[in-house]
Amino acid sequence: MTDPGSIGYWTVPLAVLGGAIRVSTPFLFVSLGECITERSGRINLGLEGTLVMGAMTGYGVSYLTGSPWLGVLAAGIAGAGMGALHAGICGLPRVNDIAVGIALMLFGTGLAFYLGKPLIEPTAPRLPLIDFGWWSDIPQVRAVLRINVLFIIGVALAPILVWALKTTRWGLIIRTAGESADAARAMGYSVNLIRLRATMFGGFLGGIGGSFLSLVYPGSWNEGLSSGQGITAVALVIFARWNPMLCLAASLLFGGAAALGPALQSVGVSQGYHLFNAAPYILTLLIMIATCSPKRTLVGAPAELSITR
Amino acid sequence: MKADVGAPLAPSGASPFLRVPAFGRKIGGAAEFVLIPALAIAVSLVLFGIFVALFRKNPLDLYFYMYQGAFGTWFSWQNTLTRAAPLILTALCTALPAQLGMVIIGGEGALLIGALCATSAALALQAAPPLFVQVAMACAGMIGGGLWIMLSGALRHYRGVNETISSLLLVYIALAILNHLVEGPMRDPTSLNKPSTREIGAVNMIGTIPGTDVHWGFAFGIIAAVLAYILIYHTVFGFAARVAGGNIRAAKVVGLGVGKLILITCFLAGAAAGLAGMMEVAAVQGRTNANLAAGYGFSGILVAFLARQNPLAVIPVAILLGGIGASGGLLQRRLGLPDASVLVLQGTIFVVVLASDALYGRVGFLQRKAS
Repeated sequence: MTDPGSIGYWTVPLAVLGGAIRVSTPFLFVSLGECITERSGRINLGLEGTLVMGAMTGYGVSYLTGSPWLGVLAAGIAGAGMGALHAGICGLPRVNDIAVGIALMLFGTGLAFYLGKPLIEPTAPRLPLIDFGWWSDIPQVRAVLRINVLFIIGVALAPILVWALKTTRWGLIIRTAGESADAARAMGYSVNLIRLRATMFGGFLGGIGGSFLSLVYPGSWNEGLSSGQGITAVALVIFARWNPMLCLAASLLFGGAAALGPALQSVGVSQGYHLFNAAPYILTLLIMIATCSPKRTLVGAPAELSITR
Repeated sequence: MKADVGAPLAPSGASPFLRVPAFGRKIGGAAEFVLIPALAIAVSLVLFGIFVALFRKNPLDLYFYMYQGAFGTWFSWQNTLTRAAPLILTALCTALPAQLGMVIIGGEGALLIGALCATSAALALQAAPPLFVQVAMACAGMIGGGLWIMLSGALRHYRGVNETISSLLLVYIALAILNHLVEGPMRDPTSLNKPSTREIGAVNMIGTIPGTDVHWGFAFGIIAAVLAYILIYHTVFGFAARVAGGNIRAAKVVGLGVGKLILITCFLAGAAAGLAGMMEVAAVQGRTNANLAAGYGFSGILVAFLARQNPLAVIPVAILLGGIGASGGLLQRRLGLPDASVLVLQGTIFVVVLASDALYGRVGFLQRKAS
């Protein structure tokens, strides 16, 4: 990609667009999952570890079975397992969910590095891309429009989750547990059980987000695969006001920001490459500074959530 | 949390895992604070033993080599203490703000910024006498790291931004700044494979404690931990901080400047981690490069939680965790375990220790008699 080609600096916005689609997918899955977990009144900071576990599991299973889709499923199951561990420990009395999240962040990363040692060398089959750019003659446009299937699933999932939270019985139960544990208990539901399921669902999506990293883009397993996407996605849920559709928009924005560095490098601007790579983190921080306030709780924040205190 | 309404008011603080017992009055209940973490570590070791047994390694060999690699010989003791030095300091980065009820997990970022500032100071003062350079490095590292964590504290206080997330985001930003500087403006042109800054010079390096291979950073770590303990438990400032950590509204009602407490505490916390970064440069690496991001900041979080945020307890826990880190090499050579096994064990200990929080106040024979 050292040659900008015939379209010159137009490469940059195109690459940012392509990057927004490519890079945003893990953000999208993790933030959708975390959105559901947080709506049930618990925060899972361990999704960074879940993401790495999902990436390793997905790659390993895809390599062993030859089917990347089985890899995605296995990554989701591994993620759900991590979620169950988080929820199980948080269900004990006097245990803090933020601290457990930090612990699982370290545990998940360590376990994935340990089990993933033999997976650094081999090449696993990757997920297919769908070509939406057949109408164009410009190779850069075609490259941008080769879209991965997981992204499409994620985009479809966002409105489904909005609908499910709003209208289904399960959505109502989750929201009740998130707004008032006492109310949920009074209705005869076990708050711990609701949160266990919500956290497992969040972990499932987080694991799938991880499998995207190893099976689509960058598309291999190594220990430097995830650099804070999990935790950025948790912050992103706050920015998205716990609304799945806004999670989708925010993920695209963050994906675009993360693609800026590589896009500029592809046209020969390599100055400050690392600083551009930090763009999503800086953007997250700036957005949190702009949208948080010490005087009021955030609009749309589940009342039981410990992070918005 | 709403669930606590109606529960007995007895010992419930703001958030139980941050509840720090006053050292003097807890003698009766002290057994709890030693036995439960010890039990948690034992359980973690058993779980880890089962884990390696699944990979057809003998757990007894594992424990033997862990002991050998950590505390078995004078050589391994020195290795352990060298690794404990930055852990003490980065643990303080989490333990000090914890007194105020804040969960700061960005020690790694403050360490990197501290290392960068210290290196810059040394490179700017090439001609100065070594002692002057070393003091300047320590000051620069502490100020840099301190301001870095203070930023998280300020965002929390003035903008209500969650400090856990902001401090972790700042780790990645610090890493990007470090990579940018060592590959760009501050790069030593002769460092080809591993982009690094220029060396600070052998005369400016901090030596070892006489008779050992352990560098002075360990002594500074202990001094810092003792000072932090005195600050928290024996000064008005520390008392005010603990009041604010216990009940922020009560603190405001009695007129404590909560903002000032948060900013100063976060600055001191970051200064400790920044000093760890300076030590890694001035006593180990001799220059700044990506090697500094070795995870000391993240292990420090574990040390702080295991020590129940008590600055004095941080010292033995850091030595224990330093020992686990030191034994990693031996486990790799003798048992063929991957280097990540240390991470797995650390993660297991962290998870089990947090789960053991549920035991406090519930194990009958450890309780003080009600007076």
